[in-house]
Amino acid sequence: MNYHWNWGIFLEQVKGGDETYLNWLLTGFGWTVAVSLSAWVMALALGILLGVLRTVPSRALVAAATAWVELFRNIPLLVQMFLWFFVMPELLPADWGLWVKQEMPAKEFFTATICLGLFTSSRVAEQVRAGIQALPGGQLMAGLAMGLTLPQTYRHVLLPTALRMVVPPLTSEFMNVFKNSSVAFAIGVMELTFQAKQMQEDSEQGIETFLAVTLLYFICAFSANRVMAVIERRTRIPGTAADVAAQS
Amino acid sequence: MHGDFDFSVLVDSLPFLWTGLQFTLKLTAVAMLGGIALGTLLALARLSPIAPLARAASWYVNIMRSIPLVMVILWFFLVIPLITGKPMGAENSALVTFTLFEAAFYCEIMRAGIQSVSRGQVAAGYAMGFTYGQNMRLVILPQAFRNMLPVLLTQTIVLFQDTSLVYAIGAKDLLKAAEVAGKNYNRPVEMVIFAALIYFVMCYSLSFVVKRLQQRFAFKR
Amino acid sequence: MNQVPNSAMIEMRNVSKWYGQFQVLTDCSTRVSKGEVIVVCGPSGSGKSTLIKCVNGLEVFQQGEVIVDGTSVGDPKTDLPRLRAHVGMVFQHFELFPHMTITDNLTIGQIKVLRRSKEEAQEKAARLLDRVGLKQQAHKHPGQLSGGQQQRVAIARALCMDPICMLFDEPTSALDPEMINEVLDVMVELAKEGMTMMCVSHEMGFARKVAHRVIFMDQGRIIEDATRDEFFGTPRSERAQLFLSKILSH
Repeated sequence: MNYHWNWGIFLEQVKGGDETYLNWLLTGFGWTVAVSLSAWVMALALGILLGVLRTVPSRALVAAATAWVELFRNIPLLVQMFLWFFVMPELLPADWGLWVKQEMPAKEFFTATICLGLFTSSRVAEQVRAGIQALPGGQLMAGLAMGLTLPQTYRHVLLPTALRMVVPPLTSEFMNVFKNSSVAFAIGVMELTFQAKQMQEDSEQGIETFLAVTLLYFICAFSANRVMAVIERRTRIPGTAADVAAQS
Repeated sequence: MHGDFDFSVLVDSLPFLWTGLQFTLKLTAVAMLGGIALGTLLALARLSPIAPLARAASWYVNIMRSIPLVMVILWFFLVIPLITGKPMGAENSALVTFTLFEAAFYCEIMRAGIQSVSRGQVAAGYAMGFTYGQNMRLVILPQAFRNMLPVLLTQTIVLFQDTSLVYAIGAKDLLKAAEVAGKNYNRPVEMVIFAALIYFVMCYSLSFVVKRLQQRFAFKR
Repeated sequence: MNQVPNSAMIEMRNVSKWYGQFQVLTDCSTRVSKGEVIVVCGPSGSGKSTLIKCVNGLEVFQQGEVIVDGTSVGDPKTDLPRLRAHVGMVFQHFELFPHMTITDNLTIGQIKVLRRSKEEAQEKAARLLDRVGLKQQAHKHPGQLSGGQQQRVAIARALCMDPICMLFDEPTSALDPEMINEVLDVMVELAKEGMTMMCVSHEMGFARKVAHRVIFMDQGRIIEDATRDEFFGTPRSERAQLFLSKILSH
């Protein structure tokens, strides 16, 4: 293997610019975190709503929520990025489309966030639905028998337990959001993968570049994992199997 | 809506898109078969009593699973030529990358599958005088594979979608073909929609099959 | 036990219910007067749990009429949450809410449905918890209590809503044998106070002690609807005799 190592590359100036490669990577890291976190917030809110709708007694609502999930689950994320970025402006009224294409501020960022958020919402919805359906059927009845309305029963009885149950699968979804945000490079979001490609071409020190970027992705995944672990611990219900296991 | 759509160009570009789809399917098939084979070996390594082997396999799987696929694709595209000393086309690089990457995911499925086979079955195999290899091949793996078939297929749907990420190194798959055709005919929007439609129809049909399979399995137990 | 013969608390007229093609209830009619205690028994799958859930509309029925305290349950215009708020129900598997403390289990309905203040609800909860002998457990979560304790909490939870009648759906059948009596004791006390009760149960000792009438069901039909003495003296149907001999032999 014939490779010229240069670990000092990160502090060198980029070609034709007055910043260092380190600056590039840190900017990329910032965008990655920004896209991922905003998409995750959106995915959680929408995903919980859709997951609930997939379990309600109304056939029309179930069908609509199911269609949503199937639509966003069966098209590759990258293709969805292109759909939002290239196709969406064409479907808007002419002057809106023009505004999106020419004047919208940070349009790559917003497009990527919406796309990743909707994509992830379908996956969150599936987990939430599974969580609700895994509850003993008597819980719904007990809530209703007490005189709670259906929305009240979801809010006070079903969701608090179901959401606790799906924290582990949501942990891997949270980690996936950071990984999936890398696809945003394709529409020009200057996140980590975009910067990795740019720095590799510019500096010709591919291995050092990729190692640094990979490390930053590890940090994202690890932090996401820790945050969810804290949430899981804080919300654990005394007397449940998980609690007993953790105590012993 | 101001876009004046013209889908007539689709018909002319079908042969070209077909060559792209062929590569997408080839990549999916190779990565699936290679990934399951390699993943099964990895699973055996992870469950093996030889600690260094188990640890190495688990490291490999965990690293692959925590890096974005796009980065893995870029890594292999960069590193393979450095090791072999000669450049490798984007398509071949993709075939190697996806096989090695998917192996990590199939490994976890096969591991769960092997662990789903009851201890009684394992003991019964050894009681008949089978060696470890015989017991795995004749008793445990067939059952593990059967139990996990729906999950393996679901992972394959994910794999099929993920192949579109070879865009990062410019390999000519369905999406790339659609992009090129879009440029040639000056109809990029129609082409993206058409590609999305093809992906959707294929994934949706396959996931329908998986759902059926799951129902049949659930019924038999 | 004051019995006013003509004021019906629960009235069921020709109730029939299907799951798809399968008929689970056929033409069931009965009435429960104010202050009456009814025990519903029968082999498993006979439809008794389904019947009792029709009373507060947890199960929908396709034919017939159920009237609770003058309100028709099957009428689409009926405000079901409002009706259910005053019909207490106790389930086979307790169905306490696992993520809430015992006190919160007892107050949530009072606060969210009856719009009581938190203080009022907590005071009521403490009083009823004391009544079922579980004052010490107020701060715990359901998972930290035994089955018998959980079921007593569930009864207290229903009583917090000041129910006009109580429905029990096999309240002791998920309990270990040594815990059954602590729950039955609470139910007996309740019956003696004059609570209107409809209990799906196989506890014949309980039926003998406090029931006014016993209903025997089989295959979705009410086979026998007799006073306690009639039922235990000479059940008219062969099936009820067979059922009784099986259940009383051990």
